[in-house]
Amino acid sequence: MAIDAEEPARRDFLILAANAFVAVGGAVTLWPFIDQMNPDAGTQALSSIEVDIAPIKVGQAITVLWRGKPVFIRHRTPEEIEEAKAVDVTKLRDEYARNEALPSSDLATDLNRTKAGHENWIIMVGICTHLGCIPKGQSLGDKKGDYDGWFCPCHGSHYDTAGRIRKGPAPRNLEVPVYEFISDTKVKIG
Amino acid sequence: MALHESSYEPKSGFSKWMDERLPIGRLMHTQFIDFPTPRNLNYLWTFGGILTFFLMAQIVTGVVLAMHYQPSAADAFDSIEAIRRDVNYGWLMRNLHAVGASMFFLAAYIHIFRGLYYGSYKAPREVLWIIGVLIFVVMMATAFMGYSLPWGQMSFWAVTVITNLFSSLDSIVNGLGTTIVQWLWGGYSVSGATLNRFYSLHYLLPFVIAGLVGLHLWALHLVGQNSPTGLDVKTKSDAVPMHPYATSKDAVGMFAFLILFAWFTFFLPDYLGHADNYVPANPLVTPPHIVPEWYFLPYYAILRAIPSKLFGVIAMFSSIGILLFVPWLDRSRVRSAKYRPIYKWFFWLFAFTCVALGFLGSKPPEGAYVLWARVFTAYYFAHFLIVMPLLGWLETPRKLPGSITEAVLGRDEAGRAPAAATKV
Repeated sequence: MAIDAEEPARRDFLILAANAFVAVGGAVTLWPFIDQMNPDAGTQALSSIEVDIAPIKVGQAITVLWRGKPVFIRHRTPEEIEEAKAVDVTKLRDEYARNEALPSSDLATDLNRTKAGHENWIIMVGICTHLGCIPKGQSLGDKKGDYDGWFCPCHGSHYDTAGRIRKGPAPRNLEVPVYEFISDTKVKIG
Repeated sequence: MALHESSYEPKSGFSKWMDERLPIGRLMHTQFIDFPTPRNLNYLWTFGGILTFFLMAQIVTGVVLAMHYQPSAADAFDSIEAIRRDVNYGWLMRNLHAVGASMFFLAAYIHIFRGLYYGSYKAPREVLWIIGVLIFVVMMATAFMGYSLPWGQMSFWAVTVITNLFSSLDSIVNGLGTTIVQWLWGGYSVSGATLNRFYSLHYLLPFVIAGLVGLHLWALHLVGQNSPTGLDVKTKSDAVPMHPYATSKDAVGMFAFLILFAWFTFFLPDYLGHADNYVPANPLVTPPHIVPEWYFLPYYAILRAIPSKLFGVIAMFSSIGILLFVPWLDRSRVRSAKYRPIYKWFFWLFAFTCVALGFLGSKPPEGAYVLWARVFTAYYFAHFLIVMPLLGWLETPRKLPGSITEAVLGRDEAGRAPAAATKV
């Protein structure tokens, strides 16, 4: 019995083309149903806030809400700054600055975690990089962990006075958002 | 099954007319009245029916609650309180639904452990078992989203912690985890947008479960039920019709279980929950001690036992995913642990491990609790990956009875099997 040569026929081409169109059409149709769940325009628009930091005395801290996230603003004591600067960056669990305003390869020195000339202020997103709890350490009576910074009660992560992870399950330093000092007493976050 | 012919005979004119157009009466009669049920089933086999009841009960009370609940961050908490205080019988509906979720899980765990003990996952029931695991996964997703709806402190922080599990993917591809988490949230943090989508999915998923239960039953009725001996129904005398034998036994088991359900609903409706969930959600304050509902505690203990975030998350998901492979991990030819002298002990060790992990999940992650959580996490996985495959080689099973009938009636003095069992 003669075997027909398996040359691609018109029908094969049509089937292939039809399947390709179905796949592309399916993906294009699916995308709006996926993308609708992403943060909407209203949420994205709430991009920046201004905070008056004049009332915060040395050693005090406040928490403000930015994009639905708590932002820690701490007025550090000279000892806390000293402690943060004394750390050998290469020995840290996460050696990167995690500062939105800096390239991602910059190291987590105290200077890279703060703003030059304003080292007494540390401003960070107050969300534990482990599973998103809010670390303790903002109020005077709070447990501040083994490194005098912040301590997350959920799963036991310790952050130092520059918000760098030192102990516990969290993988990264607390994130530093984009911010600027509009004046000595006013900060714009975002 | 070939063993068994349906005795269905449509009697009325309407049922005859219907039988030739949509034979649903015949289907129900064949599958749920005449269906041959092993004659030796014990009360552990009543949990399939109990679970079906709870699925329906949760849907009914849930539909009622949805008539009064406000799925918005501003109103959700107050609307639940209004349901409990103001809506006619709202307290009853809410308690039935909240306690029902716990009872649903309790029954599911008994059902799963029964399957593990009697080897109900072995050929030809692998697909039946896998569908069961999928039902369990969807059930967990449904329960998790349902728990977010009261929008109390525990709701809010449970959603935050669990959705953040996906952010661990950032350590594989930078930014991937964050993208997924923000997509789940619909924002840069857990917000009202998150609540709304969870509400929508919480209403959808029970019907997905119902569909999967249909497949589960289909797979079950194709091959027939396993039994405490692990033997299949081979002769007519091995089985009894489902109705009235199995159905009446199911009813006894169900009513016993419903007493427990009613006791919690009427006397201890909040016992299984957390006081913190009666504090409205506050994105600026994390409760000092976050714990999930009791039915998630073992997985939470596994998550926290591993010091690395990514591997903790992987271990937690694997602890459930590994169930999918149980039919192939267990190398023993004998199904029921009744005839497996060594496996039986490991089974109880495994059961103890799960309870211990549950206890450790409720404790703060420090000191000896972490150490023990690691020990039990190690055994949890060793049970599936080492004990199950190895025992298939090492263990000598006890002698199996010749048939279900023989197991029930025994042999006579001359050592002959019961008459009925020898005939086909």
